Amino acid sequence: MKALIANIEETARRVDRDLKFMEVCGTHTMAAFRSGLRQLLPDNVRLVSGPGCPVCVTDPAYMDAAIELCRRPGVTVATFGDLVRVPGAESSLERERASGANVRIVYSPSDALVIARENPSQHVVFLGVGFETTAPTVAWAIFRAAQDGLRNFSVLCAHKTMPRAMDALVRDQAVRIDGFICPGHVSVITGAQMYRFICQQYRIPCVVSGFEAWDILKSVGMLLRQIAEGRAEVENEYSRSVSEYGNRAAQQLMHEVFEPRDDAWRGIGIIPGSGLGIREKYARFDAAKVLGVTFHEAHVNPLCRCGSVLRGLSTPLDCRLFGRPCSPTHPVGPCMVSSEGVCAAYYKYERMAA
Amino acid sequence: MKRDRILLGHGGGGSMTRELIETVFLPRLENPLLKPLDDSAVLVMGNAGYAFTSDSYVVTPYMFPGGDIGKLAVCGTVNDLAVMGAQPFWLSLSLILEEGLPLADLNTIMDSVHAAAAEVGAQVVTGDTKVVERGKCEGLYINTAGLGKIVVPYWLGSANVKPGDAVILNGPIGEHGVAVMSRREGVAFQTSVKSDCAALWPLVKNILDTGARIRAMRDPTRGGVAGAVCDIARASNVGIRLFEETIPINGEVKGACDLLGLDPLTIANEGKLLVFCGAKDAELVLASMKEHPLGRESRVIGEVSANPEGMALLRTTIGGERIIDMPTGEDLPRIC
Amino acid sequence: MCLAVPARIVELHDSTATISVDGILRDVDVSLIEEPRLGDYVLIHAGFAIHRWEQSDVDELQAIRAASDLREITT
Repeated sequence: MKALIANIEETARRVDRDLKFMEVCGTHTMAAFRSGLRQLLPDNVRLVSGPGCPVCVTDPAYMDAAIELCRRPGVTVATFGDLVRVPGAESSLERERASGANVRIVYSPSDALVIARENPSQHVVFLGVGFETTAPTVAWAIFRAAQDGLRNFSVLCAHKTMPRAMDALVRDQAVRIDGFICPGHVSVITGAQMYRFICQQYRIPCVVSGFEAWDILKSVGMLLRQIAEGRAEVENEYSRSVSEYGNRAAQQLMHEVFEPRDDAWRGIGIIPGSGLGIREKYARFDAAKVLGVTFHEAHVNPLCRCGSVLRGLSTPLDCRLFGRPCSPTHPVGPCMVSSEGVCAAYYKYERMAA
Repeated sequence: MKRDRILLGHGGGGSMTRELIETVFLPRLENPLLKPLDDSAVLVMGNAGYAFTSDSYVVTPYMFPGGDIGKLAVCGTVNDLAVMGAQPFWLSLSLILEEGLPLADLNTIMDSVHAAAAEVGAQVVTGDTKVVERGKCEGLYINTAGLGKIVVPYWLGSANVKPGDAVILNGPIGEHGVAVMSRREGVAFQTSVKSDCAALWPLVKNILDTGARIRAMRDPTRGGVAGAVCDIARASNVGIRLFEETIPINGEVKGACDLLGLDPLTIANEGKLLVFCGAKDAELVLASMKEHPLGRESRVIGEVSANPEGMALLRTTIGGERIIDMPTGEDLPRIC
Repeated sequence: MCLAVPARIVELHDSTATISVDGILRDVDVSLIEEPRLGDYVLIHAGFAIHRWEQSDVDELQAIRAASDLREITT
């Protein structure tokens, strides 16, 4: 470990200018904070977090729609635990559950199918949130539901994909990233080749990283070395899990059930082709269509800086609401309530830092 | 967003519970005896000091690997007394039973109550029984009160900890939480981990008998070690630094935490003891702990300093440092 | 949310398998990986196996952990 860090220091000195690396994935954010590795980085290397926290970038209108659904008699909302505390305009799924609504936390989309099978009188809506790591598992659930002829199951789909979002970030002049630490588990599904376009079009180095502190530090070192040597390539630090072309079966399943569509990312706006919609063939499992869901323009607290934070433009410490009142117990924006939100990470692990 | 209802997190023993105490209970009930909010209240009657505590047990399922709600009720109460330096003598036991609870289960649970109390020489001297309709509670809930006699000529308390003190822990963390969780529907995993549920009085007695001046002790139940050190750092206005590589953890507990994305420091324990004592007494205290089966794996896991005031930090295994935050409380409902 | 853990297949059923994470056993779906075998190491996410590891990958992780985690794991 000491050798690794010494190596990073030395390469950083060679590069001799301030650098900003973005780790895109929320799980990387949390791993970096929890392990305390941020303090071990050289002074001229700054690690910023990107929009890879699916809960953080989900449009507030989606939460309001989910809340409206769980209030309907005969509807059970099944969701990953991460969404339960996210505030909508004036409530949250957690609060609705306390008031008697049917909200069930599940660990896997297949659990939601089980709930649907065991409760034929309830229509079970699964909240489909997550990136390419999770989307295949939800695609499987829809595919299976279709095969079994299940009639009381649907998905409220808000899945998003990384490439268009990373592209939008790079093109945003204000953001200025010198290197990407690419998502590790998204890449298990998509393959490392997905990031080649960033290197080719924008000459920004990319390293796909694992989630141990060691992996992340090594990836920082690899980015530094690329910059020192004037290269811009996709390197794969996480080769034990990530291959060049990814998991074909998962990709095929995603392609079968989902199709790309434009999607709204909280704080960034609409990014063309960055979301997944359920194909017409599986429309009877699309909760938005089947249950007549409307998405209303949601009010966002104007002082909430989640949007700017998600693009790596500000840190949570720059936000007027940080800590007062926005904290994990009283979150205002999703970056604080998500288990992987960068505001939560700062608050929980580093709030003393200036 | 308005918060006008009780949420599960309010029972988690973390920051939400704290908030409830500060906004609902203290303003109405505050008095000098309640204010310290230690595990037990310290009462002086005549020349003697007593510790008095109350707890409720709503763990689900009520039988879990390593114990049941009866054993938990006695051990939890005894431990709340022990950490204040009090020998447990008298317990109350109030039961709320669900219509339809199998008598065989109640018998087993009462056997556990008896065994746990007898082991530390405590007696159940009063009790109550209520029955509610089927579906109104899950099997049974238990409420206890405990009264013990403080055996040392000084007060222990979470506000007593000083810079320079050592932090000692008696064994691996997270076992109770993982054992109970493994039997929960919707989480469902198989494990051989058993709850560490145990009455700590005999271990505490060893420590107190050394004559070393103990500042504070804590049994890290809901909220885990994280919750306990945050509370103490805050109450004593000191900085507490734990060293991640010294904190013992069972492989399966770590596996369960990895699987579910939980921080082992926040998982409930029911047979663990945190001891805060002067640095020069640490060797003596450690030796006395290791003499007891419940303390064989004891070790120093941290130190207290003046800064940062009121906060707990973790020096991580890779040599970085991060805050140990007060858990909010919702990760694991109904764990105790 | 992109939390995935390495686990070992200890039992194979039809489209599911029982996996072990450090001794913790759970059932997961294996439809997304090719030809799972008993004893294989797989990466688990949201109740699904999404990738199969070779023994060399497992060894790599052990080595990384040994180099960076000084904590004593008691069994």
